[in-house]
Amino acid sequence: MLLINCPYCGTRPELEFVYGGQAHVARPPDPSAVAAQAWTEFLYMRDNIRGVHAERWRHTHGCGRFFNALRDTTSDRFIATYHSGETAPGAPAGDVTATP
Amino acid sequence: MQRFSALSLLRHALTGHRGWRPQWRRAAPADAYDAVIIGGGGHGLGTAYYLASEHRLGRIAVLEKGWIGGGNTGRNTTIIRSNYLFDESAALYDHSLKLWEHLSQALNYNVMLSQRGVLMLAHTVHDVQVFKRHVHANRANGVDNEWLSPEEARRFCPPLNIHDIRYPVLGAALQRRAGTARHDAVAWGYARAADALGVDIIENCEVTAIQRNAQGAVESLQTTRGLIRTPRVGVAAAGNTSVIMRMAGVRVPLESYPLQALVSEPVKPVFPCVVMSNTMHAYISQSDKGELVIGAGTDAYTSYTQRGGLHINAQALEAICELFPIFRRLRMLRNWGGVVDLTPDRSPIIARTPVPGLYVNCGWGTGGFKATPGSAHVFAWTIARDEPHPINAPFTIERFRDGQLIDEAAAAAVAH
Repeated sequence: MLLINCPYCGTRPELEFVYGGQAHVARPPDPSAVAAQAWTEFLYMRDNIRGVHAERWRHTHGCGRFFNALRDTTSDRFIATYHSGETAPGAPAGDVTATP
Repeated sequence: MQRFSALSLLRHALTGHRGWRPQWRRAAPADAYDAVIIGGGGHGLGTAYYLASEHRLGRIAVLEKGWIGGGNTGRNTTIIRSNYLFDESAALYDHSLKLWEHLSQALNYNVMLSQRGVLMLAHTVHDVQVFKRHVHANRANGVDNEWLSPEEARRFCPPLNIHDIRYPVLGAALQRRAGTARHDAVAWGYARAADALGVDIIENCEVTAIQRNAQGAVESLQTTRGLIRTPRVGVAAAGNTSVIMRMAGVRVPLESYPLQALVSEPVKPVFPCVVMSNTMHAYISQSDKGELVIGAGTDAYTSYTQRGGLHINAQALEAICELFPIFRRLRMLRNWGGVVDLTPDRSPIIARTPVPGLYVNCGWGTGGFKATPGSAHVFAWTIARDEPHPINAPFTIERFRDGQLIDEAAAAAVAH
C-alpha cells in the first residue's frame, strides 16, 4: 500500500485517498466554443506517462481536499506533493501544462 | 515444423524424448520487413501468424522487448467468454470464441481449451436486472447465455455459498461455451506456427523510436538491436501502448493500471467451472495443475510496475472466502501483477491511426486474453488491407471524438 503525503494532513495510507488521474488537464472555459477534437483531448486523451507523472489525489477520508503529486510510475515512488493550482516542483518547462 | 501427433509422441517416448528440437528459431533482426509487429504477446504473435497464413504478406517480424508471452499473456487468469452486452462487442468476442474452438487443430498445438462454463453471480437487484439484460441481448446476437436461479447456480457449482453471506447470491448468468485455456500455450502455439511460415520472432528487442518520411508515413524503427526499415507497423504493446504511440506523435485515450492475480497451493479437482462476481470483485477457477487461479481488481492508480498493493489481493480473497467457505484454509502460493491499458469505455481499439502505415491494437484493459485469436485475426486484416474488417470497424480511436462509444464500462463497470 502506498503512503501518501497529503500537503494538508501529512503522510497517510493510500486507503484514505481517491486517485484523480492526470493533473494539469485544463477544462476549456467555454466548451461550446472549442472544436470536437480539442474537447476529445480534454475529455479522453491522457499522457499515461511511463516515468514521472503529475497526478491528482483527493484525501477523501481526511481533509477531503484535492492536491497534486509527482510519482514515478516505474517505481510508484512519490517525488513530491503540492497544492492544486501550483506548478509541479522542479518539473522541466513543457513537461506538464500548468493550470491557468 | 515438427508436427505433433499421437504417433510422434510415441516415437519420441521410445527414444527417451531426446529428439525434440526448439519449436521456433531464435531470429536476429533483418534490415527490412514488409510488416513489423511491436509486442510478442498472444495478440502480436497471432497477428503475425494471420498476416503470414491468411494474407501472405512477405517478410514479417515480431519485436518483443522481453520474452514472448511474458507480459499480460502470461499474467492473466485465462478466462474466455463472449457474453458482452453490445452488438459490436458480442460480434468481436464471439468471433474470437469461435476461433478458440478450433485453435488447437489450426495451430497443431494444444491450447487446452476447456469450455467448462463461466458463471457470473448477481448479488443485488441491479445485478439481476443487468445480467438478465445481458442474457436477452446475447440471445438476440446468437451468443449463448442463460439465467440460473440461486439453487441452479449451486447445482452447477456445488462449492458455492448462496445464503450465509453478506451479499446473498440472487441468481447467475451462465455461458456454457465459455471457459479457460492454457495461456502460455497460446503464445507458444502462435509463435511456432508463425515461425514455420517464415515470421522472425525477435526477443530482447525494444523499440526506441519510430521514424517517419516526408509524407508522415512510417519508414523505420529504431530498436535496441539496430535500425529496421518497414512500411507497416502494428502496435500490440498492451500497457506500454501509450509510450510506443508517443514515438509517432499519436495520443491515445489509454491509462495503464496494475491488475493482480494469485494462485493457491494445488488441490484435487473440486471446482468445476469459472465463477465471477463483479459486485464482490473476485473471480476464480481451478487450473489443471490443481491450483485455484484467483483474479483481483485493478489498483487505484496508473503504474507500469507490474505489481500492486497487497490489500487489493486481500479484498479478493475475502470475497472468495465468503463465496466458497471450503477454501478458507487454503494457502496462496504466488501473486503477481500485469499492466493493463484501459480505455474510457472499456472497449478495445483495433484500428488505423492518423499516421499512414501505423496500426494499433490496444485498450483490452482487464479482459484481453479471451479475445486473442479474434483480435489477432481482424488486426492482421486491418494491417494487410489498410482497412478494418467489418468486425473491428467500430473499434476506432475516433469513436471518442464522434460519440460512438461502445460502453462496456457502464455494462460491466469492473474487471472483466
